[in-house]
Amino acid sequence: MVSLALIVIGGIYLSAHLPQHVPLGPAVALLAASAVLLIGNLASLARVEGFAWRRFFEVGRWALLAYAITAGMIEYVFVRNHLSGGALVVLTLSLIVYAVHVPMLIAFTVARYYEPDADSVTA
Amino acid sequence: MVSRARSEGAPKVAVAGLLRYCALAVSVAAQAPTVESEGATHGPPAVPDFEIVPRKGLILVAIAFVLTIAAIESNKLWPLDFLHVAGGASWTIIDLFLGLVLGPIMGRMSIPARIEFTTRLMPKMVLIMPTVVTMTLAAGWQLGIKLGTVLTYYPTHGWVVASYIVVGVMAVIALGLLEPANIAVLVELKKPRPNPQVIEKLMKRFMYSAGILGAMQIATLVIMSKITTG
Repeated sequence: MVSLALIVIGGIYLSAHLPQHVPLGPAVALLAASAVLLIGNLASLARVEGFAWRRFFEVGRWALLAYAITAGMIEYVFVRNHLSGGALVVLTLSLIVYAVHVPMLIAFTVARYYEPDADSVTA
Repeated sequence: MVSRARSEGAPKVAVAGLLRYCALAVSVAAQAPTVESEGATHGPPAVPDFEIVPRKGLILVAIAFVLTIAAIESNKLWPLDFLHVAGGASWTIIDLFLGLVLGPIMGRMSIPARIEFTTRLMPKMVLIMPTVVTMTLAAGWQLGIKLGTVLTYYPTHGWVVASYIVVGVMAVIALGLLEPANIAVLVELKKPRPNPQVIEKLMKRFMYSAGILGAMQIATLVIMSKITTG
C-alpha cells in the first residue's frame, strides 16, 4: 500500500506541473522508493513457506493484463500530448510499477486464503 | 449544486456531510450480522453459479475504451467532455450508492440473500469500476489540456491539484483495498466449501473502503463544481 501511495504521490506531483517543465528530482525519488518497496515486498513474499504461488500467478497474470491495458491508455494520453524527455521516462516507469503492483496486491489477497484441499477455481 | 457551491457555507456543509456519512458507513459495517451467528446451525448456504469476470461484459469494456481513445485522438470538446462527465458521474454515483444505500441494505440481509446478491453484483463491479475510472481520468486529462485547466497559471489550478489529491487517495484505497477484496470474495465463493469468516472479513473491508470512497466522492463534487463555476 505504501509503495502504491508513493507512486500515486509521484503521479500527482508530475501532473501538477505538466505540461510545463517539471523538476524531476522529487518524482525520481518517489519512484525509486516505490520500486525498492515493491522489490522488498516480493522478496519477503518469496520467503513465505507454503505460499500458494500457483494461485498467485493464476490470478496475477489476468490482473496484469487488465492493468497493463489501463496503464497503456494513460501512457497514450501523455504521449499524444507530446510529453517527452525525462518526464516521460519517469512517468513510464511509474506506470510500470503501478501496473505490476496492483495485480500483485490482488493476487496476494487471493492466494493468502488458498486452501490446498479446495478444488481449483474456474473463472 | 451550482448555487450551493457559490455560497460561502458550501465547504462547511460538505465537511459536515462528509463526517456524518463516514460515521454512518462505519456504524453500519460494524453492525452487520456475522456469518457465523447466522449460518452456524444450518451448514454452508448454497452459492449460485457465476463468472468472476463476466465475459460478455468485456465487450462493453472494449467499446468504452475504443470510444475513449477515439475521443482523445480527435481532441474535440464534446466527446472529451461527455466521456469525462459520464465516466466521472458514473464513478461518483456508484461509489455513493454502494456505500450509502447498498452497503447498509446488504448488512441487514440474510446470509443466503447476501450471497446471491454478492454473486450478481461483484462480478459486474470488477469490470465497471476500472472502466469508468480509466475513462474519467484519461478523457479528463485530455480535456484539461484542451481547456488549459491543467496549466499552472490557470486561475483555479489550486482546485485542480486538489482534485488530483482526492483522486489519488481514492485510487490508493480502491486499488489497494477495494479491488483485491472484490476479487478475493468472488474467488472464495467459487470454492466448493467457501470459508464464511474469510468472506465476512473481506466484505467488511469492501464496505469500509466503499464508505470512505463515497465520502471522498462528496469532496470531488465540491471541487469539480468549484472548478466549473470558477
